[in-house]
Amino acid sequence: MPEIRTFQPQIQPASAQPTGPQPDPAGSAIRQFLRSRGNSALADRSFHILMVLCALTIFGIVGLIAVVLILRSDMAWHQFGLKFFYTFERDRVTGAPLYWDPVNGHFSAVPFIYGTLVSSFLALLLAVPLAIGVAIFLTEMCPKALRGPLAFVTELLAAIPSVIYGLWAVFVLVPLLRDYVNPLLVRLLGWTGFFSDDNPTGLGYISAAVILAIMILPIISSLTREVMTAVPHSQREAVLALGATRWEMIRMGVLRNARIGIVGGVILGLGRALGETMAVAMVIGNSPDIQRSLLANGSSMASVIANEYAEATSDLHRSALTELGLALFIVTIIVNALARILVWAVTRGTPEQAR
Amino acid sequence: MPLSGNPIRAKIRALTDSAVTGLAILATLLVVAPLVAIFVYLIYKGASSLNLAFFTQIQKPVGESGGGMAHAIVGSAVLLALATVIGVPIGIGGGIYLAEFGRGTKLANAIRFTADVLNGVPSIVMGVAAYALIVGTHIPFLPFTGHFSAFAGGTALGIMMIPTVCRTTEEMLVMVPHAVREAALGLGVPNWRSVLSITVKTASPGIITGCMLAFARVAGETAPLLFTALGNSFWSVDLNQPIAALPLQIYVYALSPYDEWHRLAWAGALVLIVLIVLAVSLVRYVTSRGVLKGAS
Repeated sequence: MPEIRTFQPQIQPASAQPTGPQPDPAGSAIRQFLRSRGNSALADRSFHILMVLCALTIFGIVGLIAVVLILRSDMAWHQFGLKFFYTFERDRVTGAPLYWDPVNGHFSAVPFIYGTLVSSFLALLLAVPLAIGVAIFLTEMCPKALRGPLAFVTELLAAIPSVIYGLWAVFVLVPLLRDYVNPLLVRLLGWTGFFSDDNPTGLGYISAAVILAIMILPIISSLTREVMTAVPHSQREAVLALGATRWEMIRMGVLRNARIGIVGGVILGLGRALGETMAVAMVIGNSPDIQRSLLANGSSMASVIANEYAEATSDLHRSALTELGLALFIVTIIVNALARILVWAVTRGTPEQAR
Repeated sequence: MPLSGNPIRAKIRALTDSAVTGLAILATLLVVAPLVAIFVYLIYKGASSLNLAFFTQIQKPVGESGGGMAHAIVGSAVLLALATVIGVPIGIGGGIYLAEFGRGTKLANAIRFTADVLNGVPSIVMGVAAYALIVGTHIPFLPFTGHFSAFAGGTALGIMMIPTVCRTTEEMLVMVPHAVREAALGLGVPNWRSVLSITVKTASPGIITGCMLAFARVAGETAPLLFTALGNSFWSVDLNQPIAALPLQIYVYALSPYDEWHRLAWAGALVLIVLIVLAVSLVRYVTSRGVLKGAS
């Protein structure tokens, strides 16, 4: 089939070489060899298999992570069992809780689970209304000229590395909260017991929650935007035709139709918040403790792994930390899978252009 | 909603509408504010600390002024090169499978879903897994195992690149019109050749930007390096030894009590963010210019 060769330069313009009918001698030698094997059936099949293998690698990775984490946390699992996640020991004399004391062999995940949940949910509380507000503004109100740059800005927020958020939080956000916001919270809401002013550092759950909120905002708002643009225009027009104001149109025509997808976006944001490590480790205060005050120092699952893993004092300590990692892995997989299913349920029907 | 008559009700509805508009604008401002604050502060603090020594010298002992992050920049380059070598080919291969061979099959849907889920797995878990797999297990005669090494860090980063590269490659390939493939196959070009030289080539600007996006994402990752690459205050490009990395160094410097080191942390952060913003802007530019649309 000599004609093929003369045609090829025309159909691959990017690699076309101006001189010579024979583009690349090395390639042609390979081609010659493959041709001799019955119309390149062998090449096609092996290429197919190679690509399938690449794709299967993704399954392999998830499986491998699960297996090594299970093997490595085996020791802690045998020692503590499921109790690791919901109970803790108390001091025999004083009755004070002994949550986490690697040197004396006390291990309990409770304070870390508490810290992770508290900081993540506070972050969601702060981020969700803002994210939905931004999505509404960008999809329904914003002049066209502003839409691109603003979407770019939210994308940039998502691209900033966690450690830079942490750096900024340590030197700018935490002093700001400590000097202005925390005293206000203590004065206004001190009576609830959730805000007490006995922590002069400014580090703690609230600081972690604020920086987390800033970090998960982009993902929630971009997904909310995606599901809101997936709502057909006829829905909006129908509500407007009944004489609705713009807000009524957004509420009844858009938000009601997109609500499942928005919940998916929020859950995805939760998944990010649960596993976020560096920024949280830098501002949460890192004390393995449970305190009622939200201004107190705490610790999250990810932050304790980041802080202690490299210098674990014993095999049991490392095994317990690995078990925390395994728990984080399982929880984030469930949360992400749930979120993807919800978002997919909303956007699946829409053609590519409508998104 | 009764439309007739009631002027007070109409007023309230109009007011609610304006109030919501105001709130949405306020929310947008509140979201943009931290970004502006971070960038302004970063440029203000970072630019004043950037100098030639930052790019040419290594960490000085505590107490001595000066010093730089040259070793961390080189270390990051080594780690990212290794990550790219691992992550990009596998990611692109997976993307080719999803777009060209497996479209609509159950296996492809499962892989797509797994890739999305893997993308959401926290980076610290990747670090723990890489530790458990490479650093904490010494297998005799197998290099790189049993101790902290650049290899372990690069592997962790490479694995993190795979799902992103895979999904963007797929998205770009799906946009290539069928007519192009049919033209190639109609000329008798074997399928593998048609995929590589025609489809992938047509989509290559998009695929490259997808790779850069994944690259930018892992360039800033600290958590997976904490107990794999570990960090190093000296020159090293040895894959078998602990190695410094820019984000790791920023983390260490930020938490140190020395002003001199804080200064270096800001400068390092500025360098890192410039790198990432460049990559993201390029991606935005290429995708908005519609390189692929021009191909159809």
